[in-house]
Amino acid sequence: MTDIISMQDPNGLVDGHPVDHHVGAEAMIQITDMNKWFGSFHVLRDINLTVHKGERIVVCGPSGSGKSTMIRCVNRLEEHQAGSIVVDGIELTEDVKKIDMIRREVGMVFQHFNLFPHLTVLENCVLSPIWVRKEPRRQAEERAMALLERVKIPEQALKYPGQLSGGQQQRVAIARALCMNPKLMLFDEPTSALDPEMIKEVLDVMVQLAESGMTMVCVTHEMGFAKTVADRVVFMDSGQVVEQAPPSEFFTNPKSDRTRLFLSQILKH
Amino acid sequence: MAEMTPTGGAPADSFRPIPPRPPPSSAVGPVRWVRENLVSSPLNVLLTAIGLYLIWLIVPPLIDWALVSADFFGSSSDDCTSDGACWVFVGARFQFFIYGFYPDPERWRVNIMFLMLAAFLVPQFLPGTPAVVRKWLGIFGLTLYPLITAVLLLGGVFGLPAVETGKWGGLMLTLVLSYVGIVAALPIGILLALGRRSHMPIIRTICVMFIELWRGVPLISVLFMASVMLPLFLPEGVNFDKLLRALIGIVMFQSAYMAEVIRGGLQGIPKGQYEAAAALGLGYWRATGLIILPQALKMVIPGIVNTFIALFKDTTLVLIIGLFDILGAVQASIVDPAWGRVAVEGYVFAAFCFWVFCFGMSQYSQGLERKLHTGHKR
Repeated sequence: MTDIISMQDPNGLVDGHPVDHHVGAEAMIQITDMNKWFGSFHVLRDINLTVHKGERIVVCGPSGSGKSTMIRCVNRLEEHQAGSIVVDGIELTEDVKKIDMIRREVGMVFQHFNLFPHLTVLENCVLSPIWVRKEPRRQAEERAMALLERVKIPEQALKYPGQLSGGQQQRVAIARALCMNPKLMLFDEPTSALDPEMIKEVLDVMVQLAESGMTMVCVTHEMGFAKTVADRVVFMDSGQVVEQAPPSEFFTNPKSDRTRLFLSQILKH
Repeated sequence: MAEMTPTGGAPADSFRPIPPRPPPSSAVGPVRWVRENLVSSPLNVLLTAIGLYLIWLIVPPLIDWALVSADFFGSSSDDCTSDGACWVFVGARFQFFIYGFYPDPERWRVNIMFLMLAAFLVPQFLPGTPAVVRKWLGIFGLTLYPLITAVLLLGGVFGLPAVETGKWGGLMLTLVLSYVGIVAALPIGILLALGRRSHMPIIRTICVMFIELWRGVPLISVLFMASVMLPLFLPEGVNFDKLLRALIGIVMFQSAYMAEVIRGGLQGIPKGQYEAAAALGLGYWRATGLIILPQALKMVIPGIVNTFIALFKDTTLVLIIGLFDILGAVQASIVDPAWGRVAVEGYVFAAFCFWVFCFGMSQYSQGLERKLHTGHKR
């Protein structure tokens, strides 16, 4: 309990870095005319999206609009059938080596955490650095502890995921992804499976991460997060990108009537 | 009590949780157990009475037969004078039950096998054994031990006289068959289970065919094929050991069963685990070895041990191809006219030996399950 309360302290969140927008910087993700089908169902249609280095993107839209599928294509958890996806200069193809290279650079946080239940929190964090990046165990553990410190749960390091609350598990999942030193972080509805009291502790960590300059793509329904953190909001419906704009513009002056309808639905309450 | 209840009237924000209190005495301890399990209803009272009567009817005569009026010491049937069990028979034939026809002066080799087995198995049961010791003993038991034992028992090298496998028998043979069966069937079963879930059609088809073929035939016919039919198909002059043929048959058969048990575990792993492993850059073999298998195997420990226990008992079927395991040795002995009616004693002894090993496996698996439980229910 005290943990959560202390996290509400705004001093812990602002660390003085100005939010810069990196417009015109190198592209981290370049999606061009990408299409995907599940069987005969056309899930993603002519997706074009560029994410620059250091940019924070929030992807929103109704359920079934293809948001999750789109970001899962970025690290090849899903395969696209047409168009191209280039991540950090590497084009995603059938080539397993390229897929591995991209996955090494891209961290992902899932809706249901997907921690490994048979390993402790610390083991979860060091597994991939040790086996994939071939780091010495001691070095990996030191970095993992530093990152657990950053997500404010170093005292849970030796527990198993099953002993933690949902919010704590999700923060471990974030730390685990960060242990690989990723250049890009993907968040797939990271707060959707959490109790209301725990959403804030996860969002606080994500805000902190955004402020550190990490390139982030977040699928989320947390509009407050989008307003304060995002450089750009991408709105999707029926497998298409309907509209993308900075949050100030997106929330106050949406161009498409579909966006307007969506915003009126979710902001009503 | 009264100041704990947040009744109306008081201003807000003074929520205090009620401290936990112990349950009433009727809900804990032996009293509760007797109430709930023995006398909870008239029917249960009746069943309890019948149960007690049956215990009184069966247990005292059994103890009397097996212990009180039994004969323990002596060397021939003449020493069995009382009307209880004739354990003299078991004592006199003990060597045969354990070693079969393994030549007398070479039996120390079998004893070393038993001792090594005990040396690396017993520490696994003791709670105080450090994890590192456990691990290395386990690795020894799965790799070096079968090799050392094979050299030791077969002989023919290092100045050890060769002992042909036809002379192996008794408990020793039972252990050899089941140990090799267990140690070989598990890894082959794992590979078959993974192969059956492979995305590569050829591998999948081969694994499915293998599993369905071996699961579709009774073990007894596998053994019969191995011992009688196989030599007919082999070219002239090529002939390999009957025990080896039986072993291969048992391993193939049991690995097919093992594969299906393990596949059950693999299917219980949520898709998210595969995705998380992939997203962290782990390839197929690392994800399988570090993430998927540890969880899947843990989930199916009861099924795996069940298969092991079945395997252990199924080894007695080698009797039909002329190998004398412990049950075979007992059966061969009880027909000896020099001993009167000792069939019950012989079978009880054989059953007891099987029970000790099977119960041991069962206990070990339960201990393992407790140890691996990490508070995660999913």
